[in-house]
Amino acid sequence: MAKTALQFRHNGRDVAIFVDGGTNLLVALRELIGDMTPKFGCGQGGCGACSVLVDGELHLSCLTLAETVAGRSVETLDGIKDGPNLHPLQRAFADNFAAQCGYCTPGMLMAAKALLDRNPSPSRDEVVEAISGNICRCTGYEPIINAVLAAASGGRARA
Amino acid sequence: MTRHRGRGIASINYPIGMNLGGDPSQALVHSNPSGKFTVALSSIDLGQGMKSVTRQICAETLGVPVEDVYVDTADSDTGPHCMGSFASRGTHRVGNAVMAAAREARGVMMEAAAEELEVNAADLETDGRGNIHVKGAPHRSISTKDVAIAAQFKQGKTISGRGIFLVPLSNVDPETGEMSPATCYAHACMVAEVEVDDETGEVAMVRMDSAYELGRALNPRLVEQQLVGGAWMGVSHALYETPEPYYPDPSHGPRDFVEYLMPGPGDICPHDIAVLERPAPDGPFGAKGPGEMCANPVLPAVANAIFNAVGVRIDDLPITPEKVLRAIKAQGGARPQARR
Repeated sequence: MAKTALQFRHNGRDVAIFVDGGTNLLVALRELIGDMTPKFGCGQGGCGACSVLVDGELHLSCLTLAETVAGRSVETLDGIKDGPNLHPLQRAFADNFAAQCGYCTPGMLMAAKALLDRNPSPSRDEVVEAISGNICRCTGYEPIINAVLAAASGGRARA
Repeated sequence: MTRHRGRGIASINYPIGMNLGGDPSQALVHSNPSGKFTVALSSIDLGQGMKSVTRQICAETLGVPVEDVYVDTADSDTGPHCMGSFASRGTHRVGNAVMAAAREARGVMMEAAAEELEVNAADLETDGRGNIHVKGAPHRSISTKDVAIAAQFKQGKTISGRGIFLVPLSNVDPETGEMSPATCYAHACMVAEVEVDDETGEVAMVRMDSAYELGRALNPRLVEQQLVGGAWMGVSHALYETPEPYYPDPSHGPRDFVEYLMPGPGDICPHDIAVLERPAPDGPFGAKGPGEMCANPVLPAVANAIFNAVGVRIDDLPITPEKVLRAIKAQGGARPQARR
């Protein structure tokens, strides 16, 4: 089958790859670009481990056809830290013990980032809503919710 | 339609480790010429904190800063043997093995330091900050790094230690049925409050209050993390998940995360936890283990709370809305029990 040339921005850098028709964005990122931060959980949109941002909007990369991001900007966990400095959300996740096995963490962080980018001081309910598409087996969610609130400016005041 | 509140209680007595042909774990500790120490284990850390806790145990036993210890759990082909991370045995079994290995390595380290300082090893002590000095004379001191370099390049010694901790097999007495399957027990008690909808059969968690007795909490934040997360695994077992099909034909069973239910962030409720520390005589620094038992009291507490709310006794997990509804219908409606 003929491959299609695909160009998009990946964490601020232009990338160009050739994809087979039907290749999903998760496979394109992991296998063709080598960005292993989006995780393969269920492959059908049930767990949220593969969450990435496309033009700032939260997407399940396993259900996104790679070709649909042509010319758009894709942001993954790999791109959210500032050089050696962790993103405030990553710092808050570490400080609040919001990860155990860590498999859901990249998706949780991207879902939280999508929330804080549009709503810097969310309520607790808004945080719960924002991560409701992500499954975590280890933490019982409470430490994750607390971490997002801690990272949000003034989040606690409205909780 | 009415929503009924109910409260249930459960207490558990949890044996640490297992008793199938004996329960051993091994550890190896060695220093590198940099003065840092490596703990080699085959024990797996799935995120519970095994690496952090064994690191603390090793550093404390050696008398060196925790930053100077690295725990390698990479490979069960090349590492020393471990039975595995299950049955809440990690901290207790592996921790004891690490302690034994670190004690032996400390002995060699002190001998090597004694040779450099030209004193008797029995007169030396560690300061926990990376130095070894003569008791009562802190100025007669050598860094653990310099000891490691001297041992490696001058004395030709390996600063290393081997450790194994074995709880031997306890056989059943054929006359009395008596046995000692575990050397120590952790304990937990939980009060669960639920709300049962008598029209849909749905059970919602309202709150949990629990107390856990788990020996000394070597890393209180990790213990808390285990208890908070583990309780929700218990709720999940009680109300949501099963690999068994709901209907006789297995093809109707759950195949993926869309059908195999687990609680989401919107399902959680407040959970107040009290940690009680009663150090175990045979635990590393008194630790037992919070692992598996943190999920266990939840199931009976939730089942009891459902009985308290609507008067139906479900003894088949998970307690799905369908089972609750059928049971309520079978007894001719919800029968809330007395609340205590």
